[in-house]
Amino acid sequence: MPSAVARVVLVTGVSRFLGARVAYALQADPGIERVIGVDTVPPTTSLGRTEFVRVDIRTPSIAKVISSAEVDTVVHLNLVTAPTGPRSSMKELNVIGTMQLLAACQRSPDMRKLVVRSSAAVYGSSPRDPAVFAEDDEPVDPPSSGYAKDAVEVEGYVRGLKRRRSDLAVSTLRFANFLGPGVDSPLTRYLRMPLVPTVFGFDPRLQFVHTTDGVEVLRRMTVEDHPGTFNVAGDGVLTLSQAIRRAGRPNLPLAAPAMGALGDLCKRFGGLPAFSPELLRWLTYGRVVDTSRLVGELKWRPKYTSEAAFAEFVNASGLGHNLALGLLDRLTGGLR
Amino acid sequence: MMNARDSYPDHAGAQVIPIRPEAHEQPPERSPVEHALASGLSFLRRRLSGEYEVDEFGFDPEFVEAVMPVARLFYEKWFRVELRGLENLPADGGALVVANHSGTLPIDGLMLQVGVHDHAQRNLRLLGADLVYQVPLLGHLSRKAGHTLACQADADRLLTKGELVGVFPEGFKGVGKPFADRYKLQRFGRGGFVATALRADVPIIPCAIVGAEEIYPKIGELGALARLLGLPYFPVTPTFPLFGLLGLIPLPSKWIIQFGEPVSLEGLEPGAADDPMTVFNLTDHVREVIQQMLYDLLLRRGPAFF
Repeated sequence: MPSAVARVVLVTGVSRFLGARVAYALQADPGIERVIGVDTVPPTTSLGRTEFVRVDIRTPSIAKVISSAEVDTVVHLNLVTAPTGPRSSMKELNVIGTMQLLAACQRSPDMRKLVVRSSAAVYGSSPRDPAVFAEDDEPVDPPSSGYAKDAVEVEGYVRGLKRRRSDLAVSTLRFANFLGPGVDSPLTRYLRMPLVPTVFGFDPRLQFVHTTDGVEVLRRMTVEDHPGTFNVAGDGVLTLSQAIRRAGRPNLPLAAPAMGALGDLCKRFGGLPAFSPELLRWLTYGRVVDTSRLVGELKWRPKYTSEAAFAEFVNASGLGHNLALGLLDRLTGGLR
Repeated sequence: MMNARDSYPDHAGAQVIPIRPEAHEQPPERSPVEHALASGLSFLRRRLSGEYEVDEFGFDPEFVEAVMPVARLFYEKWFRVELRGLENLPADGGALVVANHSGTLPIDGLMLQVGVHDHAQRNLRLLGADLVYQVPLLGHLSRKAGHTLACQADADRLLTKGELVGVFPEGFKGVGKPFADRYKLQRFGRGGFVATALRADVPIIPCAIVGAEEIYPKIGELGALARLLGLPYFPVTPTFPLFGLLGLIPLPSKWIIQFGEPVSLEGLEPGAADDPMTVFNLTDHVREVIQQMLYDLLLRRGPAFF
């Protein structure tokens, strides 16, 4: 146990939402001597006693940070899941960044532990999927594009490092979609569209994880020793139709090709999100992961179920006014 | 219903404060019509607001209860299903119901589900072909009804949770066979269902369904159209596609569903699932039991439509 006590922790992607929250949670832990946050842009929020180093993890300079600060624990939260710019730069950040970081980790004699943020998207989404994915299940139809494919590649490099440095404690976390106050993701932008398009005839099962729970899992993985791969999601599932009704959004069922085309149009003219192929597949076939391994390992359950995480998102974004429901109540007000 | 105020005679000056004020807002009695209307409205309200629950497979019990009356009408009035051998179904715990498959469209699965729901008070969780989950509407309706994909992982998961799982090992070979081959069991897949039952250590309950063969007598098929639509077959029956959508009304055959005695897997270790010979032998045994039940039930039923 004491072999992997985190003394000097390096957090990548610290200027983004999850990185900032995790760095803040870690710096509050008196057992950790230093928390070093790295990113390409300075953080916008206060990170307490976290030291920020502006460094691009795609460059070898990350190795200098790791060796000079004698970093023993790396929390890799750099995975970009929201397409912001061209796909090539996103892929470079995700894959090349990870390669450089892992190369530096492999060299460093001080390294003890690696915690990697991956995504449940590595399982893909297809009609031939089992209802629930456990960590050891192979994807039926592996993701072929976008951040999901990046996550698969990242996990591959992490496995490679684990083979070469068997002394490292490596935790890989496959997160369901994050929801919570302040989360801005393709999913939240999708749900805020004035008219939410859905794929006609499909009602995917979705899972969410509240950021509070996500940060707690990452914090415990960092300060405690839990090597392995774990799915992280709130208990229970919500179907897309349920989610849209609970958010009180009007919905527009479209044939799958029309939906892709609409996404492109919205992006071109309205600045609204385009539907990436992996998002479209997720909104068609959904995905559910089994979290019993995580629950057993941490002896802890996420505080927010998928439903509760979604409810909080609905409240925080001021959604939840259901037109049809209002109409029904008005029409039948006297009857109930 | 008596409320707090009715229970006490009014004393002079003594004011009775209701403990649950909302109880007073309830009208004391409702006529059945009002009651039905109110429950219908609250149902509609729950559906519109999304305030209902589904399990991890997408099973939506409230939806099942809502559509059950329609399916029950077919079960009781149209097909006049006679259910036999109910005592062979366990009241709780996991079990694998293995049935023959027929009828061009898988109506037999639905009727089996209605029978188990109404008479054994259990939800039968059927395993469906992957095609079901690729087709718009069908896939999510099937999940809402409690079915899931026929794969090892899902079957194991349901059985470990103590669910009653139903499977049609013949698959498309059974449901889509020509009318001339009626009541002839097709190959039972690769025996995956036996391995599943062995692994989960649950009994196999053989089940014979007589009557589904006659609902859409498949006398031919349009191969080119089926390939175009990506379907395993495109049936031609005496009424379809001749009468268009009207031809989709199933013929009112008389049905009998019988559950046989559970095939005990006791004495076999879970490791037996990896012994192909054991699995083949058990598969053949279950198949023969069902075939024999089918012949017996056919004799018992007599003419198909009366």
